[in-house]
Amino acid sequence: MAHDTAVLVLGGGSTGCGIARDLAMRGVDVTLVERGNLTDGTTGRMHGLLHSGGRYAVSDQASATECIEENEILREIASHCVEETGGLFVQRPEDSDEYFREKLEGCRDCGIPATVLSGREARKVEPYLADDVSRAIQVPDGAVDPFRLCVANALDAERHGARVETHAEVIDLLRDGDDIYGVEIRHDSGPGKRTHKSPGTTEEITAEYVVNATGAWAGQIGAMADLDVAVRPSKGVMTIMNVRQVDTVINRCRPKGDADIIVPHETTAILGTTDEEVADPDDYPEEQWEVDMMIDTLAELVPIVEEARTIRSFWGVRPLYEPPGTGTQDPTDITRDFFLLDHDERDGVSGMSSIVGGKFTTYRAMAEEISDHVCAKLGVSATCTTAEDPLPGSENISVLEEGMDDFGLRSPIARRSNQRLGNRAADVLETDEPNPVVCECEGVTRAEVQDAIDQSGSDLNAVRIRTRASMGNCQGGFCCQNMATELHPRYDEETVREALDELFEERWKGERHALWGEQLSQAMLNYALHATTMNRDNDPANGSTQVDYAQFDGGA
Amino acid sequence: MAITDDVLVIGGGLAGVTAALAASDAAEDARIRLVTYRQSTLRHASGLIDVLGYAPGNTDDQQQPIADPFTALESLPESHPYQRVGVDAVREALAFFDEVAGDAYAGAHTDRNALVPTHGGTVKPTARYPVSTAEGVASDDRDTLLVGFETLPDFDAPLAAAHLEAAGAPFDARGVTLSFPGIGRDDAKVTRYAHLLDHDERVETLTGETGAREALAATVNPHLDGESRVGFPAILGDDHPAAVREALSDTLGADVFEVPMGPPSLPGLRLEELLYDALESAGVRVTSGVPVVDYETVAVDSMGANSTAGESETAAIDHVVVDRNGAQIPHEADQYVLATGGLVGKGIESNRKRVTEPLFDCYVPHATDRYDWFVDDVFGEQPYARFGVVPDEDLRPLNSDDDPEFSNLRAAGAVLGGYDYAAEKSGAGVSLATGYVAGTRAGEGCQ
Repeated sequence: MAHDTAVLVLGGGSTGCGIARDLAMRGVDVTLVERGNLTDGTTGRMHGLLHSGGRYAVSDQASATECIEENEILREIASHCVEETGGLFVQRPEDSDEYFREKLEGCRDCGIPATVLSGREARKVEPYLADDVSRAIQVPDGAVDPFRLCVANALDAERHGARVETHAEVIDLLRDGDDIYGVEIRHDSGPGKRTHKSPGTTEEITAEYVVNATGAWAGQIGAMADLDVAVRPSKGVMTIMNVRQVDTVINRCRPKGDADIIVPHETTAILGTTDEEVADPDDYPEEQWEVDMMIDTLAELVPIVEEARTIRSFWGVRPLYEPPGTGTQDPTDITRDFFLLDHDERDGVSGMSSIVGGKFTTYRAMAEEISDHVCAKLGVSATCTTAEDPLPGSENISVLEEGMDDFGLRSPIARRSNQRLGNRAADVLETDEPNPVVCECEGVTRAEVQDAIDQSGSDLNAVRIRTRASMGNCQGGFCCQNMATELHPRYDEETVREALDELFEERWKGERHALWGEQLSQAMLNYALHATTMNRDNDPANGSTQVDYAQFDGGA
Repeated sequence: MAITDDVLVIGGGLAGVTAALAASDAAEDARIRLVTYRQSTLRHASGLIDVLGYAPGNTDDQQQPIADPFTALESLPESHPYQRVGVDAVREALAFFDEVAGDAYAGAHTDRNALVPTHGGTVKPTARYPVSTAEGVASDDRDTLLVGFETLPDFDAPLAAAHLEAAGAPFDARGVTLSFPGIGRDDAKVTRYAHLLDHDERVETLTGETGAREALAATVNPHLDGESRVGFPAILGDDHPAAVREALSDTLGADVFEVPMGPPSLPGLRLEELLYDALESAGVRVTSGVPVVDYETVAVDSMGANSTAGESETAAIDHVVVDRNGAQIPHEADQYVLATGGLVGKGIESNRKRVTEPLFDCYVPHATDRYDWFVDDVFGEQPYARFGVVPDEDLRPLNSDDDPEFSNLRAAGAVLGGYDYAAEKSGAGVSLATGYVAGTRAGEGCQ
């Protein structure tokens, strides 16, 4: 039987996109389907740490070694997604000297460059560190933009012939006896780019091999074919600050604990995190104590976060897994390693493997190993080249840096556009049309928004993750409307209105967890702009009853 | 020695200015002073004077706008600031505003709300509107050309025209996007557009150098197709808006109007200018850029005479302390008006644990759990939008026992709680009505 595609990858997170790119580059025909936007699951809900491996240098040296290797690869192939911030493991007076020593030795054992700084030296690097921080270990941690990295993988997969379908939810696995041969999906608005208000359709996609890379959702997919994938989703909170209180990743140097990391990320700093098992990765409580704990505990390391402005909080769900029978109680102790479950070997059902566990920093290595496995199944012999070939945006980056161009933009905006777009900057920003700024907080211009719309259709959250527009201090209060108007006339007025509502709601969702002080003031201003000035809360265009205009003042 | 006035108004927005003007009106010989710290929020606002556009507390998904706000005022809850001052006071306050605004504002010819096009393309109900907006009201059924500019992403004219149609507006609207003559930079501020037109600066066009007004009209003219009115984003002049509109209108042979915009809002800035001119004419002393940082009280006995502060009686504010470049300067007055704004203007502040009125620590009711300060629906009935002090009928802030916090302090505008101006479209109206009443009573109360 002829199949629609050789390999069908389920899940548009870092793992799925990494596999799609890897296989496509090896010449394999790939289709990737994702329920929402790329990164909507776990990838878009992480703190943006590019591990040096230091975090695992005591507890899990195999992972630590893999992290430093992949860290070095990503700096090369994805330089436009990575900021080389460096990291510190800081010790407070109450933290163990013994653990500090183990951490340092562990780093050295794993090939992670590590230098000890005195408290004073550490405060020279990061002036806001608490006065009683006694020492620190400096390691090459970094910050990575998971959205940009994931999108770049998907783009490159498409360039190599892959089909990438977002807003395509798997509603069934197609199984014939002991063979899985594809899926049935529901398109939110028909195949291709998403367009609001377009009717949904369903589609069957058959494949020689299916890769279930849905992470925390892998159990739900498995259940569609009566396969038991005992993934243990664990939630963690992240709180975003309005500015970068630190320019270096700050880790607490102690065995484990919640609220022990601050990652500088673009214009913000992200506080993280917690680790708590949840039953359903789509429905779990997001609680006040979690946000308070981030601030209160991390203020022990960087006291000014106590008084600083937070702009939102969000939660992510780790796709933790351990082999049946391990029985670890505390999710913090569950391994961060990944597992490839070949359902043929495990369950006697051929045609599909599931990937569970793992971590973002090593997504490429995971993708390579899985792609090797899939190629072996398909009898394809081709070598992986993802460690050498740069991602779109990071090609010829040295040439870009020499010829840094302002594209007629104010220099801070040009600098930030260049950082986001890498070597695609010239293609995107060189235009004869006027190119005003659409999002002031993040310095995003019309040309960059239009480029994102080219990629993703009428979905403004997809535009957001590509450009960072609406992700700054105002949380979209001032720019959501401007982003939406960029959809017109490509999309009609009704589509624009719905896309705007969806983005505005999404921004509010995270902002609710930062509603005090300056951000509550900002929220009231946003509310006033959208309700008072624009009357979006009672827009007659949304109503079912016609307004009787004749009853109103018709002018003097 | 303290600086001494009869009435001291704290806050320089619509409520504060109205209070100062009303106090001066009520007590002609009184010394009135207004102190302001931050830039007022008028520049964020559209410049429209809303009174009541929608009934509060109605959780229907979609409400019909209120055509006659004055009738609707009667049925507001007791706790609403409008009810505290009474419907007659709202009418008096609007009449007072009409007199101050003169021919800069329209809408006084009827009790009915107007529906004014917004920059997003729908319409909103409002009671008074800048005269620059008058030709654009949506109940006027003349066909309309909307003009937007490539370099102003806040207003997409073709999209706004389509949206007006979806909102059921009783006229045909068409939108065009043009290049604004004389604007070379993609990130020019709206004040730059206004300035070009105010001064009719010489600009380069394809046919040579002309004045900016003529050049703009010539850019629009070929796109007119019989429409008798043309709407622009609100950038048509800052200092000479009437002359700019007239020049455009003469050349185009059509009426010209502005669509109110988001911040920075020129109609908001023009209103601010108008109000401060009125303060000057009324002889109100204005001290700006200085925060009030402290205050001292005296106790008041039942005869109203001041005595040394005791525990049981209602205290009176003796003086407040203003910080001027680090120097602590006492300001003494007989009557005080608190018009420092709400959450946006920072007259109401919060931290993770509580919500406060930071100057006098007046009582602000709020849930102890901050997750009860909001509801999940972004446009739902938001508790935070109602944060503010609770006034008695004399507009004196009450403590948690329902007693006045101070005998000589009144509050006006968004610092008051108990109403959601964004949902109701009542912000300017409440500021006017409560500013008017607080100012009048303060003026009358001067010894």
